[in-house]
Amino acid sequence: MIRSLRQRPWSDSLLALACTGAALLLAGIFFFLLWDLVRPGIGGLSWQFVSTLPAAAGRDGGIAPVIVSTLLILGVCLALSVPVALGTAIFLAQQQRGLPWAAWTRRSLDLLAAVPSVVFGLFGAVVFCELLGLGYSIAAGGLTLACMVLPFMIRAAEDGLRAVPREYHLAANALGLSQYRLLGAVILPAAAPALLAALVLAIARALAETAALLFTSGYVLRMPSSLFDSGRTLSVHIYDLAMNVNGGERNAYRSALVLLVLLLLINTATHTLSRCLSGKARI
Amino acid sequence: MHANPVADPAARFTGSNATGHSCAQSVPAADAAPALTLRDVTVAYHDRVVLRDVSLQLAVGRVTALLGPSGCGKSSLLQCCNRLSDLIDGCRVQGNIRVFGEDILAAACDLRRLRKRVGMIFQKANPFPLSIRRNIELPLIEHGVRDAQQRDHIMEKVLRDVGLWQEVRDRLQAPAQSLSGGQQQRLCIARALALAPDILLMDEPCSALDPIAGGRIEELIGELRGRYSIVLVTHNLFQARRVADDVALLWPMPDGSRLLEFAPRETIFSAPQHELTGLYLRGAMG
Amino acid sequence: MISSSPSTSSPWSIDLLLRCWQRLAAAVAGGVLLLLVAYLIAESLPALMRIGPLALLTDPSWHPLEGSFALLPMVMASVGIALLAMALALPLGLAIALFLTVYAGRRLRAIYVAMLELLAGIPSVILGFWGLVALVPVIARWQAPGTSLLAAALVLALMITPTIALLSHLVLRQAAQTHALTTAALALSHYAHIFRVVLPVAMPALASTALLALGRALGETMVVLMVAGNVVQFPASLTTPVRSLTANIALEMAYARQEHRSALFVSGLVLLLVAGGLYFLIARLQRGDKEQAPVESAA
Repeated sequence: MIRSLRQRPWSDSLLALACTGAALLLAGIFFFLLWDLVRPGIGGLSWQFVSTLPAAAGRDGGIAPVIVSTLLILGVCLALSVPVALGTAIFLAQQQRGLPWAAWTRRSLDLLAAVPSVVFGLFGAVVFCELLGLGYSIAAGGLTLACMVLPFMIRAAEDGLRAVPREYHLAANALGLSQYRLLGAVILPAAAPALLAALVLAIARALAETAALLFTSGYVLRMPSSLFDSGRTLSVHIYDLAMNVNGGERNAYRSALVLLVLLLLINTATHTLSRCLSGKARI
Repeated sequence: MHANPVADPAARFTGSNATGHSCAQSVPAADAAPALTLRDVTVAYHDRVVLRDVSLQLAVGRVTALLGPSGCGKSSLLQCCNRLSDLIDGCRVQGNIRVFGEDILAAACDLRRLRKRVGMIFQKANPFPLSIRRNIELPLIEHGVRDAQQRDHIMEKVLRDVGLWQEVRDRLQAPAQSLSGGQQQRLCIARALALAPDILLMDEPCSALDPIAGGRIEELIGELRGRYSIVLVTHNLFQARRVADDVALLWPMPDGSRLLEFAPRETIFSAPQHELTGLYLRGAMG
Repeated sequence: MISSSPSTSSPWSIDLLLRCWQRLAAAVAGGVLLLLVAYLIAESLPALMRIGPLALLTDPSWHPLEGSFALLPMVMASVGIALLAMALALPLGLAIALFLTVYAGRRLRAIYVAMLELLAGIPSVILGFWGLVALVPVIARWQAPGTSLLAAALVLALMITPTIALLSHLVLRQAAQTHALTTAALALSHYAHIFRVVLPVAMPALASTALLALGRALGETMVVLMVAGNVVQFPASLTTPVRSLTANIALEMAYARQEHRSALFVSGLVLLLVAGGLYFLIARLQRGDKEQAPVESAA
């Protein structure tokens, strides 16, 4: 007791110094990184860059087909993952502890969340590209991403649904309301901000993903004409310009900036939207 | 009226047969057809028996107070009567429960109809996070009142019944959560009344409220007497004395609570059959 | 007797549909893992049968076209990069978590947490790209070619530090809050408070955070692919260019055929097993944590 009191002066301040130093170090790296990423790319960033076709393997020109492919892959991914994730989340949120196969589903999803993305790529290459015969295509890439984001989406959505007070369930049951009415009129509106957050989490993950797409949606830089064409997302484009194209850095910087801005926009938009939603529920 | 228990809520409010709401103070004779009959009801959570062999007959239109020490299974008994016990993990109900003669523990029992006939009020007011209007509309829509005008009519009627109409008539679009605790509880009662139930189960409806708001609810229970058969779980012996027609006392035993005594209020408070009843109720005698 | 109008029964048949949808969805979601494991094993079998698990470790080199399949150097590279990254990120992340829990004021904490979330949200391909253009040249000045185990570990550390810091901060804050009054009553110093009370209490949760980060480091593909150099060799020094298991899959999957391809699936299976093993450790730690909790609250 007395010893620890006497220890205070030097060990306390040493610890404070070390912790503050660590925090400063990481903040420094962060701002350096941000500056380093933004400075070279910001000059060439324009609407033209986003809306024109690439030239010389992406070295010159814009990224219009890349944007289109990214949106298409994201669309396929969400079209499949949202219904499955929402259904599963509602199912899991209703289950009380104990039910063996709800517990099993939850455990398998937790494990799925720990699987490295490149392994999802392998899985997608076998099942979607070969077994379903989709080849390197936007559809195969979207399906692979859907499998990958599923556990994150479900976990976030389930947490949101579980946060809705149980009293509403009791009240609804005591009034003989159908589940359809309870979900549609009470639970889903009350959980809307959390569900939106789950969606954004999934979108952010899907946009950031590269490894799972390299050999499912492929590299092709042309404008896709259907979901069964190969197409590359922004992140694949950045990778390709950085690694495989000599002199591709300039456009890689710009594409990285586009991706960052896109992520930031989506995040801010949902933040605002969910604040509006939860505000409306309170008024 | 009570012989025709599945009446459409709309018809019950707007049709010619509106007597149920006008004869507020008519207390039926104690030997009228029972509204709720429990026979040898045993309730267990997993392997723990909380209630054993409870048998009761509640008469139509009377207020029955369900008394007993904390944790003796009063709420469990209540939840069996509208099968809300189905939602509780590991809850098993044995025995026989009849609502106006209909076996409600039967597998074929239509839960939706049962819950329309047997309304429930919870300890903590639980209006949906919607507007006041939506809170009452939602169950009406669910149970088939399609006509908006009719719904408005019912809404005004039940809000008047619970004495909330004057307070909220100008802000029906306001969220229910903006009401005070006592108002929320009265809204919940109005919401249950909108379905024109025959029986109201009330699980300590005043205990989460301040004395004034609680007193208001108590008054309301008095006003509803005769029109609805009410089962009131309460910890408050004075309340039981004030509003109950009949009193049932549950008592915890090592192998699950049992019904110790069930009698009209005057009898049980003045001449209890059982020594324990006397000891327990003496708290209310002063 | 007026029965309910038929239209009211429709929400209840919709209920049946809803229930079917939920069950089906849950079955699909739960089935993905089964399918994934099944196909990974099925595709790995040819390599495991024909080449044999032992040869995958003991073959002299990785020349899949000549029938030589040595995964060991890549396993070593993966482990080396991940461990070095953890060695850097764990103390840094913990120190930042302590900073946030103990020293930062409310406003500063909110700003710093927002910054950490931004940093954690940067796609790994962008971090890899930054490592390639900013970090690798710096290392190259000291020891060519610059792409190396060290470069990969540094960028990886930058990638996982925010996650470690954010999660540990949550854990520490909870531990500090539950015990703040006790230690204040005992007049312990900050130092004693943190090292004698908060850290020991939070240890199991911190350990599972570390394992989570380790899992991410071992499974990361893009950063390693872009800055580690991709030469198949044992990591002899910090500046050796190496190739990780994940990078190997990404590099060769596009053209691999037959046994070569199957060997890549074996490396995928290895990654899956490692992820599964870490998951079970974490689950175990968390379960132990929960069992301990009542004892602590009683004390």
